Amino acid sequence: MVNEMNDTVGAATHEPSAYERARRDLPGLAAKTEALPDTAVAPTASEADNANPVILNVENLNVYYGDFHAVKDVSLPFRQNEITALIGPSGCGKSTVLRTFNRMNDLIESARIEGKVEYHGVDLYGKNVDPVEVRRHVGMVFQKPNPFPKSIYDNISFGPKIGGFKGNMDDLVEETLHKAALWEEVKDKLNESAYALSGGQQQRLCIARAIATSPDVLLMDEPASALDPIATLRIEELMYELKRDYSIIIVTHNMQQAARVSDRTAFFSVEVGERGQRTGRLVEFNETSKIFTTPMEQETEDYITGRFG
Amino acid sequence: MTTTKSPTATQAATRDAVRKQLQGKGPSVGASAFKFLLIAMLSTSIAILVVLLSDLLVSAWPTFRDRGFGFVTSGLSLNPETAGVWTGILGSLAIALTVILLAVPIGIGAAIYLEEYAPDNNLTRWIDTTVRNLAGVPSIVFGLLGLAIFVVVVNTIGLGGSTGGKNVIAAGITMAALVLPIVIITSAEAIRAVPHTIREAGYGVGATKWEVIRSHVVPSALPGILTGTVLTLARAIGETAPLLVIGVATGYFGASADATFFEKLTGPYTALPVIVFSWSRQTDPAFADTLAPAAIIVLLVVLFTLNAVAIYFRNRFEKKW
Repeated sequence: MVNEMNDTVGAATHEPSAYERARRDLPGLAAKTEALPDTAVAPTASEADNANPVILNVENLNVYYGDFHAVKDVSLPFRQNEITALIGPSGCGKSTVLRTFNRMNDLIESARIEGKVEYHGVDLYGKNVDPVEVRRHVGMVFQKPNPFPKSIYDNISFGPKIGGFKGNMDDLVEETLHKAALWEEVKDKLNESAYALSGGQQQRLCIARAIATSPDVLLMDEPASALDPIATLRIEELMYELKRDYSIIIVTHNMQQAARVSDRTAFFSVEVGERGQRTGRLVEFNETSKIFTTPMEQETEDYITGRFG
Repeated sequence: MTTTKSPTATQAATRDAVRKQLQGKGPSVGASAFKFLLIAMLSTSIAILVVLLSDLLVSAWPTFRDRGFGFVTSGLSLNPETAGVWTGILGSLAIALTVILLAVPIGIGAAIYLEEYAPDNNLTRWIDTTVRNLAGVPSIVFGLLGLAIFVVVVNTIGLGGSTGGKNVIAAGITMAALVLPIVIITSAEAIRAVPHTIREAGYGVGATKWEVIRSHVVPSALPGILTGTVLTLARAIGETAPLLVIGVATGYFGASADATFFEKLTGPYTALPVIVFSWSRQTDPAFADTLAPAAIIVLLVVLFTLNAVAIYFRNRFEKKW
């Protein structure tokens, strides 16, 4: 029921401008996409006619930390203006996978990936791709609210400022805070510390900070796991709103949350090797309603019905 | 199970047993003795400080009573009636200034590189260990280094003046080298203490490494870095041995009134701890018994003033968010 509604909302507000902007901004992107036929970014699945286009496509992704094989052979399409949830038990590599989408794993010296992560058809790990530019297109919200130790205003304005934003910063800050449903609560204390806000407000500030640079894709790594149920609900409502403008990928431990907000769900699991090494792998990916009602795999069913492990 | 309104005999027995258990063993003798031992240790250290300070103040008192501010503003002299510490104050301040200008920026820069850029390999670990060891090297060793290198360098680049390089510039550089490891260690620790989540947040909105360091890591680490600076100032002002090695003047001089700034800067100099040292060795009891303690008081006042300034700046940067 929820999903059908999402699809119509998503389709109605789908804008091709994100793709245009990506072509303009990503180093080396324009040249590469010039040669690509339009179908390269079009969905290939059977429901292609009414599904949103694929914005981020992962193919045979393997992630290693040194010798440790963290994630094995993940292939997943993520669609524009949809919320895709990554669920699974602890240590199944869902956060690791999420962090490959904005090259956050680059910060870990020993991390290494194989396979392809394509954004609008461009390999994010290709030559000449600048991770800093990638992160301006693929924003991120972290598990624990982590505002900068600065004012609310500075938290929002930092990203646009370093991104070369030339317009009216006050307007941008207000607009962004409106989008994050935080404006009414903070409009009188923009110059006060971000740490004076409650945990839920801080997390919405972090979401505002992430969308202030107008990314295409928003990654959320368990964004509500440190919040109480009411704050969680507000974040979920916000995600639902943001879906109109952004494509959201969320990692969550909370299966109800995945069921409530997401359009599609990917279930990950852990495979224990003969030397005890734990490698994450993708078990099943489908529309959320199908994952939670008629999963194809026994493992998925066991997990969502609480019979896991 | 049973729904009686008054407590039954069994319930009363349980309650008594539980009460007995919950009352515990009462205060233990060992714990109290240990606490008193700790208090005694703390009192000892405070007592030593108090005795030292009051003894100093009592010895120094006649000088300040008779001479007043004149003791602070007059220069060195053979006559205990007119001898003062002004040249020492100037020398010490000049050394402190050189240390701040040299050791602080170089030390912070080195710390940022070590923490943020250097790859985690054997060379980096070796450098890290070496810096830590350097912080523990006796200061006289740095004096020898200063004499062998900095004095020569200062003279070679034309700043030797009448002293052939044994001037306050070489002294400042030597002191800067002496405290550099401390600046690096404290700054590196302050940088390391910046939460990783702040860095991730910076990268997450598309900041480059340089932008993350400049806008988030260094501002967050600044209070800790400035604490390190306070420590180094105290060390640089108080050290005597390296100055003696690199030819500080312990004698009596006064720059002639018509000397240029350059001549004063490159000429003979002295510093407060050196004055204390040389006065306390004088056979004339007027120097050793009353002037030296008075000079120590001045040294402490200068030190605390500089620290207060540094702490003021630290608190200004340390806007608690």
